[in-house]
Amino acid sequence: MNRWIEKQKNIVDFTLSSLLRRKGKNIALWLVYTLIVFVLASVMFFTHALKREAAIVLQDAPEIVVQRVVAGRHEMMPLNYLEKLSGIKGVTGAKPRLWGYYFYSSAKANYTVMAPEGFGHKEGNVMIGAGVARRHMINKGDTMWFNAADGTALKFTIAAMLPTESELLSSDLILVTATDFRRLFGIPDGYATDLALTVRNPRELSTIAAKITSLLPDTRPITREEILRTYDAVFSWRQGIMLAVLFGALLAFVILAWDKASGLSAEEKKEIGILKAIGWETSDVIVVKFWEGAVVSLSAFAAGVLLAYVHVFFSSAVLFEPVLKGWSVLYPKFRLTPFVSAYQVTTLFFLTVIPYTAATIIPSWRAATVDPDAQVR
Amino acid sequence: MVCFYNMQKSTIFFASAALTFLLFLVMATHASWSQRVDLEALQAKRLLVRGLQLTDIALFTDARYVRHLSQADLHTPFQEHPTALEHFPSGSLVSPPSMLTRSNGGP
Repeated sequence: MNRWIEKQKNIVDFTLSSLLRRKGKNIALWLVYTLIVFVLASVMFFTHALKREAAIVLQDAPEIVVQRVVAGRHEMMPLNYLEKLSGIKGVTGAKPRLWGYYFYSSAKANYTVMAPEGFGHKEGNVMIGAGVARRHMINKGDTMWFNAADGTALKFTIAAMLPTESELLSSDLILVTATDFRRLFGIPDGYATDLALTVRNPRELSTIAAKITSLLPDTRPITREEILRTYDAVFSWRQGIMLAVLFGALLAFVILAWDKASGLSAEEKKEIGILKAIGWETSDVIVVKFWEGAVVSLSAFAAGVLLAYVHVFFSSAVLFEPVLKGWSVLYPKFRLTPFVSAYQVTTLFFLTVIPYTAATIIPSWRAATVDPDAQVR
Repeated sequence: MVCFYNMQKSTIFFASAALTFLLFLVMATHASWSQRVDLEALQAKRLLVRGLQLTDIALFTDARYVRHLSQADLHTPFQEHPTALEHFPSGSLVSPPSMLTRSNGGP
């Protein structure tokens, strides 16, 4: 055993010296390799953690949301629909939701204005999300002016702030009383944005949704399961940026592997020839080349994964911010819980380390089986 | 420093490999510890979702169909006019709700 370990140590010594002889090329290769692993791991960690967090927090989303659609547009929901929906067997409660969007022209930002049930403040008071506060540089006790639908200016006092820890959910929220909401948007009594239903048995959700569509054909029910499924597939690898990143990374790997598999340089072939001529076995040459591939790929993999972890969970994926922000003026500041599994790291390992190491060994094996005399010449 | 230079390259390599393995263990421990510590914060977020009856996360705020992704409908692609091209960057980052991509996912 000790002899085997000594042999491996000597081989690693030789491999490292060999790599250091081509220092410039190998460092450049290592940097590119690390960057590819870093990007792939960052995307994987970020999307998985975001999906898990959404799946956990949205478990308490309304069981069924019922929207009204007229001519393909979302319409205000008459509150007399409440009685019809409450009559459906299995529905235990139906409540109107009042919410909408407000474009704040001076801030050039879109806010989500909501009038939650049991809003604990008086008319003229609002609660705002941390993103809104940051955008306006305001705090509790300050005032905000809004242009109502009838053209009048409405003044609101900030009574409280929504917790910064929940910014991923509440960054752009402005909470107001129902009266203020109706005044701001000019929505008459007897109408709501949509309805939220509670049901007795969650397994009956799809049956109840079908009954709603049949009873009120101009409505569209959205179940909690559908909300959760939406976020489970939100960053699918088959679509958008995921596909672009995956395609770019795969292409980079194809180039790296092709460079290795297409053959060795004359210098490398000569090196193998000399090793064979001085008595090295073909298996020893393959072991050297295996270590060569393993040193580069394992160290690049480790550096890429660790840097990605720090990037996503310590710097809140700061490099992705410009991409995710898009045209948004508000972007939530949030720290994701590191939902990292062994499965993710293993998948990444098999995607990146194995192909490269294999691509290093194959041409060396071919070169090692050729007559050493021919190699050196 | 002199000691470092005198070391065999393989010793430095295996020491680095051991350090890397240790860092991976630290990463796994940190992930597991954070998941336990953040449970309370996640519960608080669930309470907020229940209290305000929220349906979506506020990751994108540029277009309404990405701000409230789960509330988007089959008319969303045609909100401007029937042949309008997608022009919000965030629209190309996320997948449409799965219910809309099924053949019977009508409005």
